[in-house]
Amino acid sequence: MILKGENISFKYPSSDNYLIKDLNISLKSSEIKGLVGDSGSGKSTLCKILAGFKKSEGEVIIDGVKKTKKNIFNPVQLIFQHPELTMNPKWKMKDVLKESWDVDHDLIKEFGIQESWLNRWPNELSGGELQRFAVLRALSPKTKFLICDEITTMLDAVTQVQIWELVTKIAKERNIGLLVVSHDKDLVKRICDDVIYLEEINNN
Amino acid sequence: MSEELLKVSNISISFIQYGSGLKQNILDVISDLTLDISQGEIVAVLGSSGSGKSLLAHGILGILPSNANLSGTMHYRGEPLNQNLKEKLRGDEIALIPQSVKFLDPLMKISEQAIGDCTEEEKEEKKAIQREVFEKYGLSKEVDDMYPFQLSGGMARRVLVSTALLSNPKLVIADEPTPGLDERSIKETLNHLRQMANDNVGVLLITHDINAALEVADKIAIFYAGYVIEIANSSDFTGDGEKLIHPYTKALYHALPQNDFKLTEGHQPLHDELLKYCPYFERCEHPTDICHETIPKLIDIGDKKIRCNRANEFKTGEF
Amino acid sequence: MNLRTKTLLIISLTALILIAIVINSFFIEASSLTTNFPMRNMPPSFEHIFGTDWMGRDMFTRTLKGLGLSIQVGAFASIVSTIIAVILTFVSRLNKYLDSFVNWLIDLFASIPHLLVIILVSISLGGGLFGVIIAVGVSHWTSLTRVLRAEIKQINTFEYIALSKSFGKSNLWITGKHFLPLVLTQIILGTILIFPHAIMHEASVTFLGFGLSPHEPAIGIILSESMKYLATGAWWLAFFPGLSLLLIILIFDLIGDNLRKLLDPTKAHE
Repeated sequence: MILKGENISFKYPSSDNYLIKDLNISLKSSEIKGLVGDSGSGKSTLCKILAGFKKSEGEVIIDGVKKTKKNIFNPVQLIFQHPELTMNPKWKMKDVLKESWDVDHDLIKEFGIQESWLNRWPNELSGGELQRFAVLRALSPKTKFLICDEITTMLDAVTQVQIWELVTKIAKERNIGLLVVSHDKDLVKRICDDVIYLEEINNN
Repeated sequence: MSEELLKVSNISISFIQYGSGLKQNILDVISDLTLDISQGEIVAVLGSSGSGKSLLAHGILGILPSNANLSGTMHYRGEPLNQNLKEKLRGDEIALIPQSVKFLDPLMKISEQAIGDCTEEEKEEKKAIQREVFEKYGLSKEVDDMYPFQLSGGMARRVLVSTALLSNPKLVIADEPTPGLDERSIKETLNHLRQMANDNVGVLLITHDINAALEVADKIAIFYAGYVIEIANSSDFTGDGEKLIHPYTKALYHALPQNDFKLTEGHQPLHDELLKYCPYFERCEHPTDICHETIPKLIDIGDKKIRCNRANEFKTGEF
Repeated sequence: MNLRTKTLLIISLTALILIAIVINSFFIEASSLTTNFPMRNMPPSFEHIFGTDWMGRDMFTRTLKGLGLSIQVGAFASIVSTIIAVILTFVSRLNKYLDSFVNWLIDLFASIPHLLVIILVSISLGGGLFGVIIAVGVSHWTSLTRVLRAEIKQINTFEYIALSKSFGKSNLWITGKHFLPLVLTQIILGTILIFPHAIMHEASVTFLGFGLSPHEPAIGIILSESMKYLATGAWWLAFFPGLSLLLIILIFDLIGDNLRKLLDPTKAHE
């Protein structure tokens, strides 16, 4: 299966300049691709476009199909840099997971999530723990492609390794295509098979 | 011999928070923190985001929220740092570089905010100084009349840095200055800090970015579960990490992608999970019985500080 | 005891007082309100602490019963208002045009003086309990709707809403599971804070003769009837009922304020 972004162009209504112009990108299942770019260069916007969070010119094609129907689980999942912003503060952590899929207990343990955390509110946990939940939530059996937008940038080095070990392991097991977006060239070199630079594929 | 500017001794900061229902819990965010900063020195406090290290900055500036409790002592240039002195020094001899432009008043022009509260007579003089400092940081006259939302990421960084320097401070606290920035801007910001240190200003750098800390700091205090577990020289972070003592510091060093990207299992205890024994006990590869009984103290080993029951063994090479 | 406990205590106590008044009013039998002409227009005494009225009825009992009725009217009117506010907010989320329409509706109703709307609606519904409740309810939904609409717009920008859609959840599910818990506080607060207005307006409208009838003696009636006898110096006929009304409204305000203190996340931890 291939996730393709064809001739993606995007500009903010208030601006004259295109942030992203005629960009082409593709990701194969079980491929781990790195995307390196400066902040403000549009990589977060590109992530959102590929995951269907933002509309743009051009097409996002998943496995040969152009439009995703509404109300179905999006096979392209996006994990954000700041997990605290991606969870409803009035929900308990176990509901955060349940919204996406029924995670089995062994996997929860494998992710280093303690039982007691499931009954906590998001504001009781810190970035590292929340990101574990965010990643686990995104790894539903229905997920075919996972876009990771600077997911460990805010975390300490030890937690960073833990999370990437888990993500790459499961991605390989389930044949999920990974797009690793980061400004850390060393990190990208470590985990990715292949690296693309945003400035090279962006024609703005 | 450079003067010791800030001496923080056994500082603990805790919060009273409501749990579920009517119970009030005490959250220990910072415990038994000791460090000092001298003129021309950059000391980094390294900890993960949300670990509470920013509270150290707030504690020094005297802007902790009302439900926070601070114990321990702080001294500034030999004088005890009480609330009065904090209020006198902040914005003057002690300046803060906040995390982002969100900490600026969105409805005030940049120049006005930078100059701050002053009398009409003082205004002219202050405006001249402000213009000069801003110019030095590559901020043209147009920036003076802009509002915070009009600043681009890099410009915003430079505004925050230059504003902090307007009062010619002796101690600058940089609170998480690097998130959201591209490599160039990070290098630039760190350079600014280096320049300040060269001008004999003491800098307290609070960050989660170990690479940034290694690049610019002289000493790095490693934060773990609210405790400082090691204060090492940044030059110790070389080779195979032999010069690093605490297992967590070693773990951090080896976990870096440019080193071994080594996996260490376990997680940091949450704020309300803190125990009466060494916070690293659950993950430690070399625990002893004492480690499960008491919290080790921060002791001096050579020119470093370390909080570990087995620290002395390091001296003899048994570790 | 900490602030939260104190606040909860205050809320419980005041709520209890209100409920007591309402329940008590059900138990006030007609016998305590019998006319007793030899005793008419007596000033306050130990036997009749609020005095008696022109028919010799004990003013204290009358006031209590009147308060009970006023609170009930206020309660129902508040609920009607809240329901309208929630429905309109829901409607405004459906599409852009409906949103503008709701906005226009809010501006329209907000610009007409409340009393006018109440009188008009009350008259057209034939007055009485039903008419007054609907009338007051229909005029007080504007501020709550404004607040809810703004909250909803803000919540819509949060990432977890978009994520919910990416997990395949329907708009209805998202509204119920995400939006509702987040705005629930506002809704409850809003309802409680409409109470005092509702009660006041009911009293005014009845006082003016467009609301309840003398058979249903809420405070408004009591006050309007006592006007006729004020000139004779029977000050207690208006003073005590009026004061009690004021106190009730202050109690509601107290509940609302304390509830806000409890639920406001920024002050939640003092």
